[in-house]
Amino acid sequence: MAKITAGVATSHVPAIGAALDLGKSADPYWKPLFDGYEFSKRWIAAEKPDVVFLVYNDHATAFSLDCIPTFAIGCAESFQPADEGWGPRPVPVVEGAPQLAAHITQSVIESDFDLTIMNRMEVDHGLTVPLSLMFGQPKAWPCKIIPFAVNVVQYPPPSGRRCYNLGKAIRKAVDSYDKDLKVQIWGTGGMSHQLQGPRAGLINREFDTMFLDRLINDADALSMMPHIDYVREAGSEGVELVMWLIMRGALDAEVEEVYRFYHVPASNTAVGHVILKNKS
Amino acid sequence: MTGDKPYDNIPGTVIFDAEMSRRGYHLNQFCMSLLKEQNRERFRLNERAYLDEWAMSEEQKQAVLARDYNKMIALGGNIYFLAKIFATDGKSFQYAAALMTGMAQEDYANMMLKGGRSVENNRYKGEQSDG
Repeated sequence: MAKITAGVATSHVPAIGAALDLGKSADPYWKPLFDGYEFSKRWIAAEKPDVVFLVYNDHATAFSLDCIPTFAIGCAESFQPADEGWGPRPVPVVEGAPQLAAHITQSVIESDFDLTIMNRMEVDHGLTVPLSLMFGQPKAWPCKIIPFAVNVVQYPPPSGRRCYNLGKAIRKAVDSYDKDLKVQIWGTGGMSHQLQGPRAGLINREFDTMFLDRLINDADALSMMPHIDYVREAGSEGVELVMWLIMRGALDAEVEEVYRFYHVPASNTAVGHVILKNKS
Repeated sequence: MTGDKPYDNIPGTVIFDAEMSRRGYHLNQFCMSLLKEQNRERFRLNERAYLDEWAMSEEQKQAVLARDYNKMIALGGNIYFLAKIFATDGKSFQYAAALMTGMAQEDYANMMLKGGRSVENNRYKGEQSDG
C-alpha cells in the first residue's frame, strides 16, 4: 500500500529561484540560506520518495481573476514551468502522478472536500522553488509530483481548520492506494512576510517560532487560529502558512522533528523549513 | 459589501477581498496579459495605447503609467498581478516593496538584513509612528 513517509514545509520566495538560476547561491547574501538546505538535500536523497504531494499557491500564473479555485489538484501527466514575467525558470518539466492523483481526487471528494481538477496547468515559483531547495539543480526531478494549488491570493483563503482536516482526508486517500509508494507531503509558502503597501517588509520571528513549535506539538489547536491573526502578526502574505496545516493534517498527531531551519531575510521574506516524520 | 471588516484596522495594508477583486478586475487582467512576451513587447512600445485596450478606469491607467503601486492597490490591484508590471520593467519584488514603503531600496534592503520591519506598533492603525 502507499504510505505517507514524511512531511516537509518550506518557504518559496521567487528571488531564491533567481539566485539559484543565475549562479548566485554562493554569494554572501544567499549562502546562509542555501546552507540551511544541505541537510535536507542529503536527507531526501536517502529517503527517495516516489511521489511528492506538493501543496503550494499559484501567484496569478495559472489562475487569473476569471477563475479562482480554493483547492485545485493537478492530475496531468506533466506540468510546464510558467513564464511569470521574467521568462520561465530553467528547471525541469514537472512529471505528474496521474493515477495516484485521480485516486486521491476521488477519495478526497468523497470525504466532502470539493476539489477542482486540473488536467492542464503551468506551475510557478510557488511549486518550483521548493523543488529547487530540496533537490538542487538536477537534469530531471527525481520523483513524480502532484501539484495541489490553494487559493491565498483573493481573501479569504480556506481556514486553517479546513486545511488541517483536508490533510487528514489526503492521508486517508494515500493510505488506501493499492500500490507500494513512498509519498511525501509538502506544505509551502510563508513564513512572515508582507509584499504590499507601507507595511511591506514586516517580519515576526516570534510569531514564526511559535507557529513552528505549535505546528509540531499543538497542531490541532493551532488550526483554529483565525486569518486575521496571521495577517496582523505575520503580514498580508504570511497567511500562506495555512497551507502548512494541510501537510501537518496528513501526519500523525505525534510527530518527530527531523530538522528545522529559519533564516531572515530572503528578499522580503522570513524563510522557514521543517522536516517531520511520524513517530511510529 | 457592508459593515466593517476586521482587517480594516491593520496599518499600511489592503486586503484583496471580493470587493477589491471586483474593483480591480480589469486592472488585474491587464497585468495577467503581461505573462506573454509578445504582450510585454507591445506594452513597452506604447504603454498608453496598450492600456486603452482594457476596460480600466482612467485613474487606474494613470496609476500604471506612474508606476504608483500603492495607488494601484487602492484601486483594486493585487500585488501578485501587479508583479507582472514590474517584471516587465525588469524589477524585483524587493524593488517594488521598497517603492511602496517610500524607502530608498538600499535602506529597505538594510532593514530586511537587520531582521525586517517590526510588528511592534504595526498591528493597529494609530499605534505606529512611521507607518
